[in-house]
Amino acid sequence: MKHLIDIKDLSVEEIDNLIEVAKDIIANPEKYSHKCDGKILATLFFEPSTRTRLSHESAMLSLGGKVLGFSEAASSSAAKGETVSDTIRMVGCYSDVIAMRHPKEGAPYVASIKSEVPIINAGDGGHNHPTQTLTDLLTIKCEKGRLEKLTVGLCGDLKFGRTVHSLITAMSRYKNIKFVLISPDELKLPEYVKRDVLEKNNIEYVETKDIEEYMGDLDILYMTRVQKERFFNEADYIRLKDYYILNKEKLKKAKKDLCIMHPLPRVNEIATDVDDDSRACYFKQAKYGKYIRMALILKLLEVK
Amino acid sequence: MNIDSIKNGYVIDHIQSGKAMKIYEVLNLNELDCQVAIITNAKSKKTGKKDIIKIDREIDINLDTLGFIDHNITVNVVKDDKIIEKRKLNLPEKVVNVAKCNNPRCITSIEKDLDQIFILTDKEKEVYRCKYCEMSLKNKN
Repeated sequence: MKHLIDIKDLSVEEIDNLIEVAKDIIANPEKYSHKCDGKILATLFFEPSTRTRLSHESAMLSLGGKVLGFSEAASSSAAKGETVSDTIRMVGCYSDVIAMRHPKEGAPYVASIKSEVPIINAGDGGHNHPTQTLTDLLTIKCEKGRLEKLTVGLCGDLKFGRTVHSLITAMSRYKNIKFVLISPDELKLPEYVKRDVLEKNNIEYVETKDIEEYMGDLDILYMTRVQKERFFNEADYIRLKDYYILNKEKLKKAKKDLCIMHPLPRVNEIATDVDDDSRACYFKQAKYGKYIRMALILKLLEVK
Repeated sequence: MNIDSIKNGYVIDHIQSGKAMKIYEVLNLNELDCQVAIITNAKSKKTGKKDIIKIDREIDINLDTLGFIDHNITVNVVKDDKIIEKRKLNLPEKVVNVAKCNNPRCITSIEKDLDQIFILTDKEKEVYRCKYCEMSLKNKN
């Protein structure tokens, strides 16, 4: 039985296959509308995340399946002190696949050890969020037509941003990828990611504090939010939260087919005047999230 | 200072000075009822000072645990008053319940029954990462 705990659990071939299935779902949604009739997805959200939960639920409902679950730990037996392993064994009795978000890192891995049904990691603390990475890859594939030969700008919180680390890991497996790492000194990409992923795979990258310096070279610009919960000192958060605000003015030198992405929710890092720009892909990205999760559920349930 | 030689057992030698008690603890040597000698700050040609542990009994020694703590340690096997084997240690690929993850966001911080598992991810730099949260172990000792 297959689980998805870390994006590295999937080979490049498996990811490419998921993307192809997702593209087919986009083209022929009716073909898939009863693929999961009689199946149940449990969404166990030990911390709230409306977007991720709804996208999983929407994915299962669009496949003809049903959903059950909870949206915060307070309404689960975890509040009574039940372990992750016990909760998962119980929920496995009532469902065919489980999407789980948990504030503690490694909790979905613990769940996968004991689970008798497939586990989807829907985010564990600042650690992994593989379905977001799959969403990002599908977005890039659909918007750019390829996952190779791309210059990818990553902007904002590159230190704590798990989506950034996972995307770098996933894209480093494709050919001719270059990264432009745009962040203030305090939020630079950790050395271990540079060493273990970029340098190990001979991936070209540059670091800059200036969002406009390499703007004209970028095929993808991935903006991220500076997350308050990652800071121990509120003054540092306030100083850094609005360090980058992407607006139309800053996009002047950008390519006409640049793809602007953001995992959402955004706060101030993308001005609303960018929303109507044809290069803004972040709302489409949220929609792609449903399709790739549909493809993932089919794969994990081994539905042909 | 005289310490009796051992007849059958082990001499754990070349322990980095100051680490003998840690090894005494992780190997649960306090549970033995035979003679165990802990020598700290013994003279060493290589490093100036070293610790030594002598165990006067044949027991199962977890070499992975020892290798994780200090892979420069030598384990001398003594039989009938003679060293019959010198076991060299390696960095183990995986260790269980020898170190504790310090990441407050790790699942092991709230579920105490979980095994503390660390995986060797960079042999050259001796980096171990928590199996659950992948945080690197800062001070493995």
